[in-house]
Amino acid sequence: MSVVLTRSDAEDFLIKEAGLLDAWKLEEWAALFTDDGEYLIPATDDPEGKPGTSLFLIYDDRHRLEERAKRLLKKNAHAEVPRSQTRHMTTNVVVGEGKDGVVPVSCNFVVFRSRMEVTNIYPGHAEYLLVNNGVGLRIRSKKAVLDVDALRPQGKISIIL
Amino acid sequence: MREQTSSPQELAGLIIDDRRGARFKVNRQVFVDDEILALERKRVFSKCWLYLGHVSEVPAAGSFVSRRVGGRPLLFTRDRDGQLNALYNTCAHRGALVCRERAGNKRAFTCGYHAWTFDERGRFIGMPGREALPPDATDDCKLDLVHVERMEEFRGFVFVCFDRNAVPLVDYLAGAGDYLGYVADQGSDGMEIVTGSQDYCVAANWKLLQENSVDGYHGVPTHATYFDYLRSRDKATFTGVNMNSKGWVKNLGNGHAVSESIGLLPWGRPYARWAPGWGEEAKAEVEEIQRGIMERLGPERGNVVANGDRNLIIFPNLVVNDVMATTVRTFYPVRPDYMEVNAWCIAPKGESTTSRDRRLRNFVEFLGPAGFASPDDVEMLELCQRGYANAESAPYNDISRGMLSNAPTKTDELQMRTFWRRWRQLVSGDSSVELTGP
Repeated sequence: MSVVLTRSDAEDFLIKEAGLLDAWKLEEWAALFTDDGEYLIPATDDPEGKPGTSLFLIYDDRHRLEERAKRLLKKNAHAEVPRSQTRHMTTNVVVGEGKDGVVPVSCNFVVFRSRMEVTNIYPGHAEYLLVNNGVGLRIRSKKAVLDVDALRPQGKISIIL
Repeated sequence: MREQTSSPQELAGLIIDDRRGARFKVNRQVFVDDEILALERKRVFSKCWLYLGHVSEVPAAGSFVSRRVGGRPLLFTRDRDGQLNALYNTCAHRGALVCRERAGNKRAFTCGYHAWTFDERGRFIGMPGREALPPDATDDCKLDLVHVERMEEFRGFVFVCFDRNAVPLVDYLAGAGDYLGYVADQGSDGMEIVTGSQDYCVAANWKLLQENSVDGYHGVPTHATYFDYLRSRDKATFTGVNMNSKGWVKNLGNGHAVSESIGLLPWGRPYARWAPGWGEEAKAEVEEIQRGIMERLGPERGNVVANGDRNLIIFPNLVVNDVMATTVRTFYPVRPDYMEVNAWCIAPKGESTTSRDRRLRNFVEFLGPAGFASPDDVEMLELCQRGYANAESAPYNDISRGMLSNAPTKTDELQMRTFWRRWRQLVSGDSSVELTGP
């Protein structure tokens, strides 16, 4: 089955996702994923690494990414109390060739994170596998690859990129 | 920087070790003072054995890793004869780094500045315009890269020491060697560092991470959301409150300590304690792995290796936490209020792809800068550091838990006092400081 996804449709979807994250609507963000969805961030010194072979920073299956969202909303998720202000910038959206109902989409991102008078920047690119489940687009896989070779000065990733 | 250099008495006085009154206090100046950091560089990091890397990171002739250890840029190489080398990564000519890559395989390192070239043993190979120097300029290794004063291996873990007169590594490790042995024994064919390192930073004093890494008392208040995750995934009903109040802690000598329990904690261990959230299909393999350990090591040691959860601190800045996965973590202070952290996953060589996958998933459910727990640890250390701006008026940390106990548990603080007593001895230069005690 060939799938046609225009760049502007893909871009609208990614902008919607970014808006949910910046509004801290994290459970709504998790709901964008398919039942077998995954969310990945490779190590900063092994950006080409494969999950299951290389130690990733984030290796979330569907259950864990939803739990990540729920956790970050809790009052005792200390790293995000008080919550960060974030701003996700999404650009350079490219739609690849779909196959078997799955369309690869890539984009560049920059996320600004401010908290307790400190601002950090997370630059990178993201690789998505999107599917249309009949109701709308859903994320089968999101891999955010950072353009930094160490988390310095960012220190941690307690927001969703 | 304070105006005057502190006396040994003043430095020793930064810690109150009142054994009769069961009070142990650490003056918060030790977390903020530039003079203290300068003394630590001289008396701790330049004198103690520091973790360099694992033999598996340099598997073949020509393999190299470049990394900072104790603030110094080093090259860790395996040479053409199979020998390990620890070299200062600094050109014999003007001192530039001769290697800018993190890892790889090569037989020659050429400085980018004037193209002086050295082999993987550090030996000078060549330079443009050699004739402008006298014929004997390169005799007696005079233009070689400098070897780190000492380098020794213990069961695959390689350490360096910048003090030529240091005691042998095995003596330095004292009782901690047994605990590195439990990790080394996990793999029937040895252990390896998994690719993908966690390189991050914490805006806090380095000593706070050593304390935190072996602190069972903070587990429930700081990490409640992690335990929520486990309950949700494993459909389990364990209560968090008692989890860490058992187990035991030990002084392993020379400032090293361990916090340990066997078969008590609720998370799964890829090696080898099955968790319901891994699914029934994983159970058979995990049980098979465990049977293999028991056969290889015998039931007693096998149980310790397979079911034991251990947080090991090796003075001054190495942590080996063998918990829901096994991490090797080291850190170094750039400033009193800022450290760089490097952490790795160590795993049995040759484990199945399914077991390795479970291990890597399990590692980051808790550990690392994007795990469900480490970011909250970092937050707590940074909040402590912010609080130490009040050190002059609110001067002391309290580390007295369990001083009255004959059998301190994981929620007590003997393991931290063990670290601090060694720190006090080295930083003050007062060799009469007692390293043992409650």
